Amino acid sequence: MSLDKAAVRAIAELARIEVRDEELDHLAGELSGILHFVEQLAEVNTDGVPPMSSVADLTLPMRADVVTDGGQFAAVLANAPDGVVEDHGGFFTVPKVVE
Amino acid sequence: MIIQGDTGDWEIVIGLEVHAQVISNAKLFSGAATAFGAEPNDQVSFVDAGFPGMLPVINEKCVEQAVRTGLGLKAQINLTSVFARKNYFYADLPQGYQISQYDMPIVGEGTLLIDLPDGSTRAIGIERLHLEQDAGKSIHDMHPSKSYIDLNRSGVALMEIVSKPDMRSPEEAGAYLTKLRTILRYLGTCDGNMQEGSMRCDANVSVRPVGSTDLRTRCEIKNVNSIRFVQQAIEYEARRHIDVYENGGEIKQETRLFDSVKGETRSMRSKEHAHDYRYFPDPDLLPLVISQDLVDGIKATLPELPDEKKARFMAEYGLNAYDAGVMVAEKDSADFFEAVAKGRDGKTAANWVMGDFFATMNSDAKYTWTNPPVSAENLGKMIDLIKDGTISTRLAKDVFIFMVETGKDPATIVEEKGLKQVTDTGAIEKAIDEVFAANPDKVAEVKAGKDKLMGWFVGQVMKATQGKANPGMLNELIAKKFKE
Repeated sequence: MSLDKAAVRAIAELARIEVRDEELDHLAGELSGILHFVEQLAEVNTDGVPPMSSVADLTLPMRADVVTDGGQFAAVLANAPDGVVEDHGGFFTVPKVVE
Repeated sequence: MIIQGDTGDWEIVIGLEVHAQVISNAKLFSGAATAFGAEPNDQVSFVDAGFPGMLPVINEKCVEQAVRTGLGLKAQINLTSVFARKNYFYADLPQGYQISQYDMPIVGEGTLLIDLPDGSTRAIGIERLHLEQDAGKSIHDMHPSKSYIDLNRSGVALMEIVSKPDMRSPEEAGAYLTKLRTILRYLGTCDGNMQEGSMRCDANVSVRPVGSTDLRTRCEIKNVNSIRFVQQAIEYEARRHIDVYENGGEIKQETRLFDSVKGETRSMRSKEHAHDYRYFPDPDLLPLVISQDLVDGIKATLPELPDEKKARFMAEYGLNAYDAGVMVAEKDSADFFEAVAKGRDGKTAANWVMGDFFATMNSDAKYTWTNPPVSAENLGKMIDLIKDGTISTRLAKDVFIFMVETGKDPATIVEEKGLKQVTDTGAIEKAIDEVFAANPDKVAEVKAGKDKLMGWFVGQVMKATQGKANPGMLNELIAKKFKE
């Protein structure tokens, strides 16, 4: 499978990555190269083989339903663009999102 | 429901997606609390805030709640399910993706029976139920140029419950939501509060000519916050589709918002195609594998669900389908009814609970199921007093009002207020004689064939005995008197 310029542009848009038009050809080549490399796996017959989710024989660990976290809004907001600002009452602030 | 258009009759096709917040102490993948109404960002772990390097660990209670709900919907439980990332960017989604389930949900196909106003039921298919994270909350009206974000809700467990496109009218959609909410509340897996947003509904609506079986392009109406508004939105949207088709236009697939003030839907954004979310298995989470033992264990703790309770109320207490449906609509009302009806005549109990009791209950917000206007015990005792002839149904209305006012035992009220009905033939006959003596002209009229006046006599004698005469005996004695 190869990617054309339009597909690369669409993927970049979905990922919110700014890509200039002159970069598209180059990226299409590189991404297609990666896909071709991975496609070698298709040569192996995997009929009837269940997908492997982990190389170790692990199951999903679970947690008890107990509150063990939270109560730290200052730490949560420490890296926010506006930080912890009195005026904003403990909220994150972002440029107005208009739907 | 069939809508008549200019070119013919149209049918509405409705499927509903309900997001139900799971009742749990902690979030789906973090140890932060889920309680409603906390200070902004005070119930947020670094996992919920999408900080780098944080790993999700699943909350076993949330898994159990999803299984419990699946069992309540008579659905297939998938012992292996997989969490996937649904990728999109929005200010209240700090991870840049929502952890959800895609092609392997924890619950598969099931069924929900909706109760229709005529007492009949109809089966609506459940397509699937999956677990996913809720997003944070955006608040747009607190600052002129900024939106405020509160992540307290971020990461709370949601069950997305998807129906099949089986509903054909706004009424059926309303009945579906009502029933689903009832079941969730019986199960204790979601509080079903649409105003607070713990249960949210998206409606997928399309129309097609009656007789056609293909599905046309649908529109999705997002986050409508009451059952009534869902119904309004569906009706508006269906008529809009018909207008477009009949004027030669095409419906394009999109997400729309319902404006409850104007009563109309409007375009929100073009719905991204499913592949735009670039779902892929979440590499931070192994497949969720649960044991059949766990499922059986949960099954053993399921309460009697509304459909079974309704059937039992009909069989055991002789209620009709409609009355039984009203009683079981809330677990509290079903329990109350049963406490009143146990060992008594079911229909009498139902009449009192649905009549005077519900009317009083709804008349004042101070009454709740933990503080009812009359206790089930006292209402039951009052019915016993009717049965053994101490009071008539008519006097019971007064006893009921005194019970609401004083909270006293009905026997005490009857004693104190002297409300015991008169069953002494001599006393009733005496009262009849007095009324006859005072109204010889009317007596003559009845005797001349004006039967309608009989009721007037019954009323007069009842009044003379302050309403205490036994109505059955009174009717009998008056009829006898006229025959003399």
